[in-house]
Amino acid sequence: MRLATREAFTGFRKAPLLSTLGILTIAFSLFAFGLFALVALNIRNALRTVEERVEIRAFVADGTSPEAISTAMGDIGSFPEVLRVTYVSPEEGLVRAKKEMSEFSDVFESEFLPGSMDIRLRPGFRDPTTVKAVAERAGTYEFVDDIGYGQEWVENLYKLRTLATFAGLALGAAFALVAVIIIGATIRTAVLARSREIAIMRLVGATDGFVRMPFLIDGFVKGVLGGLLALGMTWFASETISRSMIRTEFFDTRVAVLGVIAGALIGLLGSLFSVGRHLKEV
Amino acid sequence: MIKFQGVGKEYPRTGIALSHITFHVRKGEFVFLTGPSGSGKSTILKLVFMEEKPSHGDVRVSGVSGRGASRREIAKLRRKLGIVFQDFRLLEDRNAEANVAFALEVTDTPKAAIQPRVHRVLAQVGLASKATSFPRELSGGEQQRVAIARALVNDPFILIADEPTGNLDDRATRGIFQLLRGINSTGTAVVMATHDLDLVRRADCRVIELNHGRIVYDSAETPVGAPEAEPERAPTGDTA
Repeated sequence: MRLATREAFTGFRKAPLLSTLGILTIAFSLFAFGLFALVALNIRNALRTVEERVEIRAFVADGTSPEAISTAMGDIGSFPEVLRVTYVSPEEGLVRAKKEMSEFSDVFESEFLPGSMDIRLRPGFRDPTTVKAVAERAGTYEFVDDIGYGQEWVENLYKLRTLATFAGLALGAAFALVAVIIIGATIRTAVLARSREIAIMRLVGATDGFVRMPFLIDGFVKGVLGGLLALGMTWFASETISRSMIRTEFFDTRVAVLGVIAGALIGLLGSLFSVGRHLKEV
Repeated sequence: MIKFQGVGKEYPRTGIALSHITFHVRKGEFVFLTGPSGSGKSTILKLVFMEEKPSHGDVRVSGVSGRGASRREIAKLRRKLGIVFQDFRLLEDRNAEANVAFALEVTDTPKAAIQPRVHRVLAQVGLASKATSFPRELSGGEQQRVAIARALVNDPFILIADEPTGNLDDRATRGIFQLLRGINSTGTAVVMATHDLDLVRRADCRVIELNHGRIVYDSAETPVGAPEAEPERAPTGDTA
């Protein structure tokens, strides 16, 4: 292991330009992927913020007793899909309506709006089918006059979210694949640059495992360095966009660490694949 | 020690390289492989150190079969073979000492044992004073001596040399050959492929001559009292 580590670092020392280019290639491939992931993260967050506004309003008939409303709210609140139920009195409804539709504020009067039970759903239950099902169940109470949840809006939002998820997965997979191919080719170049050394190692009786080890260390180190560099560049890009254009959110620590680990794994697997292929050929 | 039994070797693109090769090299023998270019000398050596597998027949080296040996078995076998090439195959960025030590390092030899063994073999090949020289600072003959030292450092029972004097002048050639004879005298079998018929004639060693992938002459099989072979095909019997 000590010799393998020494050989790996000898490779860095002997071909600093090739090694630096290797690290930069890994870094830029992961940076492209990181930028895409950053965009995907921020779109997802934006959609989540919009999704949080998905709300079912069950309008209550005039003269319904507070006890009946309270019992119904308790029932509805126990639905597994429901996050919380809030009662909005006619007066509160008026304030809200004036705020939401300020251009019509002068035509609203307190008698105009009924009281309502506003139902918020838990994340993961904000799709059109669940929203409709909960709305229908809430509508079964006799004192509920009407139910509103903006069916079309919820459906469009859901379509947008589905589209964003699939486009994100497809593009993410394509970016990741391109990164793996570029990194694999970079590591293959490093392996070919040391093919003479590999041939001599095999000639004097080194096992395949022994020959592989320095390249695995080399790939791992390049992957970690490339991953850290990519993380730094992505952070810088995120900060620049936040300052000059739109406030963006950066990856949390867990995702950032996973990104660097992914870089290390790509470096390791790229090396394993490249040196394995080379050993099969010689 | 080395046993070829009905060995044939075919390549998909270039066709038959060897056919019906049968011979046996015993412990401590010195064997020349001669023949024109493309006659199959290097292929035989590659079969010995198991760089290639036979297409027909079997090659056994110290009990390891060339047909069924795993890569790990081949690696272990090579630790007991010394291999020398015409182009030396040294690592240009390491000095003579490091090139020789490399053969021990990659085979997990304890660190403490490496230095004395490297110095011993460098002294054996007459390069003790050039241990810290890099290949580019050495002559062709000296580079070949480093390659031989690397081949010797694992105490091989067979030394395989593929045209080891092909790039050297007469004086260096004689020096390398004397060195190989010296190594052979300690009990190590030597199998050397060469074009150099003068060298072959001067040596009193077994000669296997190849042509078009077949053995056309093997001095070990020449019957007693048989007429002397053609001069360009066989040694004269003069000692080096």
